[in-house]
Amino acid sequence: MTDHLSFQRKATNAVMLISTGVCTVFTVGALFFILGYLLFQGGKDLSWSFFTQLPAPVGEPGGGMANAIVGSAKVLLLATCIGVPIGFLAGVYLSEYGGATYSFIVRFTTDLLNGVPSIVIGIFAFTLIVLRTHHFSAMAGGMALGLMMIPIALRSTEEFLRAVPNSMREGAMALGANKWVTIVTVVIPAAMRGIVSGMMLNLARVAGETAPLLFTALNNQFWSPGWNQPIATLPVMIFTYAISPYPDWHRQAWAAGFILLSLVLVVNITARSIVSSGFSNKPR
Amino acid sequence: MNKLLFISGLAVAALAGSAFPATAQTLINGAGATFPSPIYTKWFVEYHKLHSDVQFNYQPLGSGAGIKQITEGTVDFGASDILLSDDQLKDYENKHHFGVLMFPTVAGAAVPTYNIPGVKTGLNFTAKALAGIFLGTINKWNDPELTKPNPGVKLPNADIVVVHRSDGSGTTFCWTDFLSKISPDWKSKVGNGGSVNWPVGLGAKGSAGVSGQVQQTANSIGYVELIFAEKNNIPYGNVQNSSGAFIKPELSSITAAAAGAAKTMPADFRISITNAPGKTAYPVSTFTWLLIPEQIPDGAKQRDIKDFLHWMLTSGQDMAEPLTYAKLPKEVVAKEEKAIAKVH
Amino acid sequence: MATQAGIAQPIRPGGRVGSFIHNLKTGDDIAYGVVWLCATSIIVVTALLVLELWINSAQARTHFGFDFLITSIWDPMAGKFGALPFIYGTVVSSALALLIAVPLGVGAAIFLAELAPPRLSDLLTFCIELLAAVPSVIYGLIGIFVLIPILEKAVVPALKSSLGFLPVFSGPFYGVSIFSAGIVLAVMIVPFIISVSREVLLAVPRDLREAALAVGATKWESTWQVVVPFARTGIFGSIFLALARALGETMAVTMVIGNTPRIQASLLAPGYSIAAVIANEFAEATGDLYTSALIELGLVLFALTIVLNAAAQLLIMATTAKGAGASR
Repeated sequence: MTDHLSFQRKATNAVMLISTGVCTVFTVGALFFILGYLLFQGGKDLSWSFFTQLPAPVGEPGGGMANAIVGSAKVLLLATCIGVPIGFLAGVYLSEYGGATYSFIVRFTTDLLNGVPSIVIGIFAFTLIVLRTHHFSAMAGGMALGLMMIPIALRSTEEFLRAVPNSMREGAMALGANKWVTIVTVVIPAAMRGIVSGMMLNLARVAGETAPLLFTALNNQFWSPGWNQPIATLPVMIFTYAISPYPDWHRQAWAAGFILLSLVLVVNITARSIVSSGFSNKPR
Repeated sequence: MNKLLFISGLAVAALAGSAFPATAQTLINGAGATFPSPIYTKWFVEYHKLHSDVQFNYQPLGSGAGIKQITEGTVDFGASDILLSDDQLKDYENKHHFGVLMFPTVAGAAVPTYNIPGVKTGLNFTAKALAGIFLGTINKWNDPELTKPNPGVKLPNADIVVVHRSDGSGTTFCWTDFLSKISPDWKSKVGNGGSVNWPVGLGAKGSAGVSGQVQQTANSIGYVELIFAEKNNIPYGNVQNSSGAFIKPELSSITAAAAGAAKTMPADFRISITNAPGKTAYPVSTFTWLLIPEQIPDGAKQRDIKDFLHWMLTSGQDMAEPLTYAKLPKEVVAKEEKAIAKVH
Repeated sequence: MATQAGIAQPIRPGGRVGSFIHNLKTGDDIAYGVVWLCATSIIVVTALLVLELWINSAQARTHFGFDFLITSIWDPMAGKFGALPFIYGTVVSSALALLIAVPLGVGAAIFLAELAPPRLSDLLTFCIELLAAVPSVIYGLIGIFVLIPILEKAVVPALKSSLGFLPVFSGPFYGVSIFSAGIVLAVMIVPFIISVSREVLLAVPRDLREAALAVGATKWESTWQVVVPFARTGIFGSIFLALARALGETMAVTMVIGNTPRIQASLLAPGYSIAAVIANEFAEATGDLYTSALIELGLVLFALTIVLNAAAQLLIMATTAKGAGASR
């Protein structure tokens, strides 16, 4: 009697545990499939002209995405210049200065901002900037993406600053440093690795965002000098080309996808290895 | 730490440097119809080769977007095959205190494009058939309305998959304008516009999106500008015109439809040439317009836009036919040359 | 600050103005001011965002009232705007995504937390978190060119031959559909479920597991009947998080859902989601009513994701605190 029950339970045990393994294989497999497919499809159409030429007129084969690659870099640079300082300094405030209620309000608001769907951020940037300046612009796109970067910049800064032990702060103050000098010379450098890693992850996430750029940066067939003109970006080009009927555009969409994904993954892997190699104060 | 400073210094320098354009360039932005986007993008590339200090950036977002963005003033010019209504013109005037001008550029055709396994290009469609298909009342390919004009073509007993535009489109405007003219049923149930309440079908974005969707879906039918069907080798059909003949959409038949308009073209160039009279006229033809503000305060932009318009009416027209767009009739060109002076 | 007789004090100007100037010179007040300004700017910008959304949707809100949420007609030409088709598409595609992602995700989380050796677990979790980093537009790319052909050729015919009698699998399949959107969303949200569930499972104190094993439970029984129920709230939190993510997804969905504002029983039919319709139609919404209707849709989406995110946070916090508390 006991043996029979035991067998049934043993069988359930084996089956269920194996299923969980299968689930994991499935999920990890999905990642490798996506990577591999993109590598294969995108890699084979990567050519020098892709990196150096401007897009060809609608319907004509050839051309490249030189302006979109530079455009993405430009918009992301602006986004970083906006999102990182504000998020970082606000994180410093929450970790080092904040009073209980005001910090709560700031954190709550930041979480609210983080939860805004990216398309809604696009609407906001459109009504706030594009309509007022009468221009689709790299600036509007950069500001929309910068806004998306703020919550994560803030959270990762605060988290890693808090992890710095108080003894270091007190040591510095005992030597006569005032508060801001302590923070700048002792606390921040101690948390630097984690903060940089967080910023890199942030950048990688925002690099792939398309929706906020649709009605802010728009798109451009040519180079886009300055900050006040529409600008081509990789995600928007991928979207435009993917839904078109031209096989040549499809090939270019794959190549662009390959480049975008490679960059995002390289930054992600680098960022995570910065943190895991050495400084990790997360309690387990 | 020093390395970090150096790199961030470089970044800031690059940031500052890129704020100043390399040479004094006039950058003009426009958005609008996908219908003429092959010829417009070609024109702008060619014009840029001739005038390297002027850059026209055109984004084919759809006629609806073209109208909206020019009205909001976020672009320097718009493009639309949707005829601006009196309300829309008034809307523009209220916002800007001056008007917007419509300049026809080329004429094109909206063609019924389909993907039926085994059926080649050149299927004949009666006006009734098209209305029925898009209303959803005719839903099988071997319906008598479709088989009768096509003896010798084996049409399958399969469901018709309708593909239409999901965005505000001049191609839709032209298509529904035609359907409203030939089908009182369509006119009452759906009507005419850039974006309608489609009784059946899948939505796709842009002429490019519709061609893509038709390409990928068996037994489907959509409507796109002629060049999209041709360039992508998707079969397209002939449509019966008001004289009863099945007309192939091509240069000659579109030109025939546009020719009639030469005499009746109003001063503001707003005219519909669907179901045009004439034995050889293709019935689903339409002009497409550039939307230019009456007043352009920026001197350089004003000069360049007017110069482009002149170029478009002369050298530009010669590029239209290789892309299967019909040239403007001579009388219309003359009228437009005079109208350019209105932009100040 | 009162000076005390006989005790040496640094020479500084007296009074509040004096100490303010002193602090200014030492930089602490400036530093405080700067960081405070940054923190406040976030509040200001977010408030501005909510305000803009609210004001710009006013026309639609007053015009349609509550009916906006239950009308199923979306006819820009006629000026009739109803949100129901988009709410339906958003909810159904997300629900389908959860249906697929939750068992997959929780199963994988259990494996990673309970069974896998720590280093393998870390490595695999690392790989899975990379999935979360893949941009939405690339999921859309793979959705159009890889997933949909596979569905058309293999999966849907099999589905239809076995379960085709069910209304949810009835009707023709054109590739773009709520079904395709649901599957793409599932792959996009499963990393979130795995990542958070794994964390909460790891937070469950060892004693509980060991106690179950001590009374003779198998590994599975210990996991499923003791550990998982303990971490249940946190797992629900991860599901809410994933759902909030799925609701707001724009690009991948708009590329595979079919962009048809119609409510149909079959999952194989095309549909439309809130984020997708805003992405497609915002640039061309002529007329203030049309624009404000789209913005009202944005507001609805925003409200949904806020509520879900808040609930998720509370649930996850509750579980990890519970775990930390119980291990005392």
